[in-house]
Amino acid sequence: MRNLLTIADLSSDDLQELLQLADRFAETQTRDVKKVPALRGKTVVLAFFEDSTRTRTSFDLAARRLSADVVNFSAGASSLSKGESLRDTIETISAMGVDAIVVRHRSSGAPQQVAQWTDAAVINAGDGWHQHPTQALLDSYTIRQRFGSLEGRRIALCGDINHSRVARSDVDAFTKLGAEVVLVAPPTLLPPSLEGWPVSVSHDLDQVVSDIDVAYFLRIQQERMTDALFPSVREYRAHFGLTVDRAKRLKPDALIMHPGPMNRGVELDPAVADDERAVVLDQVAAGIPIRMAVLFQTLGPGQFESEVA
Amino acid sequence: MTVVLKGGRLLDASGERSGDVCVDGVTGQIQDVGPDLSGDVVLDASGCVITPGFVDLHTDVAEPGREAADTVQATSEAAAAGGYTAIVVMPRNGGDRLADLADLEALGRSAACEIVGAGTVSIARDGQVLAPLGELADHGVSLFCDVGVGIQDDLFMRRACEYLVGLEASLGRPLVLAQHCSSAALAAGGVMHEGAVSSRLGLPGCPAEAEELMVMRDITLSRLTGARVHFQSISTAGSVAMIRAAKAGGLPITAEVTPHHLLFTDESCAGFDPATKVQPPLRTAENVLALRDGLADGTIDAIASDHRPHTDDAKERPFDEASSGAVSLETGFAALHTAFVVDADEGADPIGTAIEGAQHRAVVPVAAEHRRSLAELVALLSWQPAEIAGVADRHGCLIEPGRPANLTAIDQTLQWSVDRSDLRSNARNTLFQGWTMTGRNRHTVKNGKITLENGQVQR
Repeated sequence: MRNLLTIADLSSDDLQELLQLADRFAETQTRDVKKVPALRGKTVVLAFFEDSTRTRTSFDLAARRLSADVVNFSAGASSLSKGESLRDTIETISAMGVDAIVVRHRSSGAPQQVAQWTDAAVINAGDGWHQHPTQALLDSYTIRQRFGSLEGRRIALCGDINHSRVARSDVDAFTKLGAEVVLVAPPTLLPPSLEGWPVSVSHDLDQVVSDIDVAYFLRIQQERMTDALFPSVREYRAHFGLTVDRAKRLKPDALIMHPGPMNRGVELDPAVADDERAVVLDQVAAGIPIRMAVLFQTLGPGQFESEVA
Repeated sequence: MTVVLKGGRLLDASGERSGDVCVDGVTGQIQDVGPDLSGDVVLDASGCVITPGFVDLHTDVAEPGREAADTVQATSEAAAAGGYTAIVVMPRNGGDRLADLADLEALGRSAACEIVGAGTVSIARDGQVLAPLGELADHGVSLFCDVGVGIQDDLFMRRACEYLVGLEASLGRPLVLAQHCSSAALAAGGVMHEGAVSSRLGLPGCPAEAEELMVMRDITLSRLTGARVHFQSISTAGSVAMIRAAKAGGLPITAEVTPHHLLFTDESCAGFDPATKVQPPLRTAENVLALRDGLADGTIDAIASDHRPHTDDAKERPFDEASSGAVSLETGFAALHTAFVVDADEGADPIGTAIEGAQHRAVVPVAAEHRRSLAELVALLSWQPAEIAGVADRHGCLIEPGRPANLTAIDQTLQWSVDRSDLRSNARNTLFQGWTMTGRNRHTVKNGKITLENGQVQR
């Protein structure tokens, strides 16, 4: 695997392989010394052109636990704020001889463009509304951890699908791994066209809530209200939030998921966020072995056995 | 000094015949047409078709202001290379004052084609205060356009239409309001066609309906006021259908389409290459086919370049931040000739061969009913736009003695590859990188003077 730009670039076998590799890295994380020498001598640049705390921290830790050298590059502190173009910035970073660039950007497609301007491996850490492949991998990992597999599982993705890179990546990953996906949102928060999306759609959470294995809630951005996409946070919660009452109708073994950061009391009622079926922190934890697996696959020259075990 | 274009066939609005053309560089007129002419300079036009020069209704020039992207001189040389003898320059850098037109004329003094200035409709294209339409018209302006923004306000559009109708009556010549139709509110934030591809890519879309709402309104207001409205670079099936109906109802409506909208679909944007970002956006195959229908039945009157030069720096940005537009003057004729006119070998698709090495290949194949003759293509590039631009007295004329000598000689069999680094514009933002074209302008003559000789621009 040269780059990780979109889930669309991966086959279901590729996905399974990454999840299995993540299992093995997860095992290393239970050791007393969590660091393995797999990427010793490699340099990973975290090029975050958009703010992010959890994804950057997760990549940072994952790279360090593989013994890579990590350089943080954030847009605010860089020459980007002095008007340098993305291309010039990437070519400058590349000229310093780095092995991987992890890119987060507010514009859809930026990592694809970056990949054309560098010989380093490019890993997409989230681009615009487009893709967030490591999130989809860690989400798949979390579901697989609980259910053994995604095969035949029914997953509802609820909320702002259109403006969500998480939704676009999750739909691809979940369906490739054999799950059935239903999107739950008002039409204003759905993409204008779902042609080619292997999903069903509901505008009514109550119709699907009792009949799903995973209830995945996407973060709602309050500025969407001013775009007349929904009337109010109160109405949004009433129709599309996981309230305590709705949570009672979820299957007893269903999973409640959220990519974070959560608006407690909007997507999930506070009590629901702490429900034992909520696996939000498992998702965060899965981020480390998943990102170790991705970095290892794109950068590691060798076999897991010789490098890690 | 006289120049003879020798050994070609002649093609104009009256038909096709053989003959040499002798032009006079002093009078700027055609001196003689016939067999075996001689003159001071002889240009070999054997195997070529000599036609009236092309007229572009829709060119953006970056000068003054963005000379790094392009200058009037470089743009005019690109135009001459593409067979144009006149280009209408959009008033993007002014055009609401007579002084702006004077500046443009000064910049265009040594240009390789005639630089025709368009006026704005409103001051600073703000859509609120009328530009001095009468003064501009007195100065010779025939085409008025709030380029880039379109006139959003319904009442302002009505007033502009009414005022132009009055001016037309007093001047006794046609004045055209050219509109780039896009409802700003509905298109807000859109960076590509709204549809399956934008939804997949997570890019904000610009729906076809944003264009169609304004086309519908402008047809309605043309009916109310009698104003001539010219629709610039239309891109949707709905626009074609409404314009077809409006023309059938006798309204003074005209329309143009660009080469890229006749070829590429929105799948072109799938690689996030900002070269594919144009305005209006590349749309679906269904829309491309409707535009071709519009060419075939005469709903669309002209092919216009919507030539928009940008520096690499303005394009090598994330898709949503990159500038919109593509350069087109040098490649427009060749691309359309290759796709619509060239006879393919038995069963072969001429576009398929042309795009084998191309960077952007999401192109709709051309069906038999959409194929055009050379005469039909040249009509769309020459005398029909000349009429709309108000320059038909000197461009797109019949090839006969006494007429203005604005001509181009087309080599229909020459094969060439588009390489962005060879373009004559300073800007390189072409959609046709890597295409293998069939057909190219060999010579161009403007006012009896050679601007292109054997594919080389003459200064």
